[in-house]
Amino acid sequence: MKQEIIKSPISTILVWLVAVLVTGTFAWILGDIIFHGVGGISWEFLTTAPEDAGRSGGIGPILVSTGLILAVAMGVSVPLGVGTAILLAEFTSATNWFGRFVRRSLDILAGVPSIVFGLFGNAFFAKTLGLGFSILSGGLTLACMVLPILIRSAEEGLRGVPDELRLGAAALGLSRTATLFHLLLPAAIPGLLVGLVLGIGRAIAETAALVFTSGYVARMPQSLLDSGRSLSIHIFDLSMNISGGDTNAYGSALVLVILFLMINATAAWLAHQSSSKYNDSYQFR
Amino acid sequence: MTWLKDKISSPSKLNKSSQFDWDWVLVWVLRIMAAITGAIVLLIVIFLILESLPFLQVKGIGPFFTDQRWNPTEGLYNFTPMLWGTLLATMGSVVVATPLGIISALFCQYYAPVAIGNLYRRLIELLAGIPSVVYGFWGLVVLVPLINRLHPPGASLLAGIIILTIMILPTIALVADASFGKVPQEYLLGATSLGLSKWGTICNVVFPAAKSGLFTGVILTVGRAIGETMAVLMVCGNVVETPSSIFDPIRTLTANIALEMAYALGNHRSALFVSGLALMAIIVLLAVAAEVITVTSSPVTKNS
Repeated sequence: MKQEIIKSPISTILVWLVAVLVTGTFAWILGDIIFHGVGGISWEFLTTAPEDAGRSGGIGPILVSTGLILAVAMGVSVPLGVGTAILLAEFTSATNWFGRFVRRSLDILAGVPSIVFGLFGNAFFAKTLGLGFSILSGGLTLACMVLPILIRSAEEGLRGVPDELRLGAAALGLSRTATLFHLLLPAAIPGLLVGLVLGIGRAIAETAALVFTSGYVARMPQSLLDSGRSLSIHIFDLSMNISGGDTNAYGSALVLVILFLMINATAAWLAHQSSSKYNDSYQFR
Repeated sequence: MTWLKDKISSPSKLNKSSQFDWDWVLVWVLRIMAAITGAIVLLIVIFLILESLPFLQVKGIGPFFTDQRWNPTEGLYNFTPMLWGTLLATMGSVVVATPLGIISALFCQYYAPVAIGNLYRRLIELLAGIPSVVYGFWGLVVLVPLINRLHPPGASLLAGIIILTIMILPTIALVADASFGKVPQEYLLGATSLGLSKWGTICNVVFPAAKSGLFTGVILTVGRAIGETMAVLMVCGNVVETPSSIFDPIRTLTANIALEMAYALGNHRSALFVSGLALMAIIVLLAVAAEVITVTSSPVTKNS
């Protein structure tokens, strides 16, 4: 007993120290990037093309490429992911072999290292399907990568919809298709949006899967079959391969961090919206 | 209520003859979509194997361990230094990050005032998603020069371990936090009423009850550390050598793929896919291990 009394305060100090250490490291990383990056960001930096291999000039074409890669990734993964989530949440029982197979493979997919996605994207999309190093290859690779996140939140959104809606719809003689499109999907929209936003967050953070699928070319892309350099690859290239590229790398890193924080804030806000929806207001509508 | 939803009958099932059955179409469209989704993992494995086969058929896996060194242009394919690099960086970071992550979770659950605890959890969630290239960049411009002053060259196993620790700490903290949250309140009340101190409660009540969740967290973390590419590539120096001290540069398997894939051809390319296949196999094994732990243990969640 005596021993415990002596041990307790030390453990408390230790726990607080760790928390301060983690918070401090985070503040250090973020502070360093803001401090060195904020001077480099201007409207010109965001809109003009990189010059001198990125040492000077801006990141205009890179932002366009990043946007296009994200658009391809989300355009493919959202319908596929929402469809799968609907099947898993609404039309499959927990013991169904097909549902279990899809779930299991999604669990594994969520853990696959991004570099392995890169290898797969290079072998399948770039080589076998003949898309080459292109925005399309990169976007499709990312689509495979964000599917587990999308499906998980879409499923949660659908599970949040009360069963009374389904029973009520059946009692009124609505077909399951009509129930889905008129009741369940509208009610689950906040959850679906959270998934979408989290997926974008994951996709924008990705580098390794894009290096040999969407490629390095920093020009303004003319079509989806052009190679396009994403923001994360731009930071990687400037800091590793270009001496004297650090200033612009800091600027680009700050842009990436700001985009990431904005995406996260949106997801948090949407999640809050959806969680409050059925807790209080729904019952009385 | 999951098991009920697919049993809810609807009118289209009752009068099939009268009209075209849209529900049937919908279910089959959804099934096809889910089949595509489920097939991606198989597709990944198939393509990794297809691209690995040319090497494996001609040379087998022997050269990866018996060749003198890694030099694909001379036809030498020894993976051992990279395996050591991956192993040491992963073990180092998991050993450091596990206690820090678990203590972070303890802080959220038991030590911090509610508001600060929630704020801290938010922070950890943010840390978990920050692009790895940002961590790598910070490591390259801040951490590596610092270590260089301590002991050149700076880009080293130590830098890799530190960066990986920062990156995987959030994963283990979040999983640990979730499993602490599942420990029934009665256990804590009981421990307190028996006169156990806070730390005593944590060691003797919380840890045993949350054990399986913590193990799962560590396993997930190992997977994350093994698979991490960009940040490690940026701070580790990438020299293909088995490190003899913590200040020596290393190259991990993932970094090796990222560095050489762009120009690799023939056997070289195939060898890189073999290492990708090996990574994939490790990840699947870890996923199975996590599954086994979750299924076989955790009596707490069952009876609460």
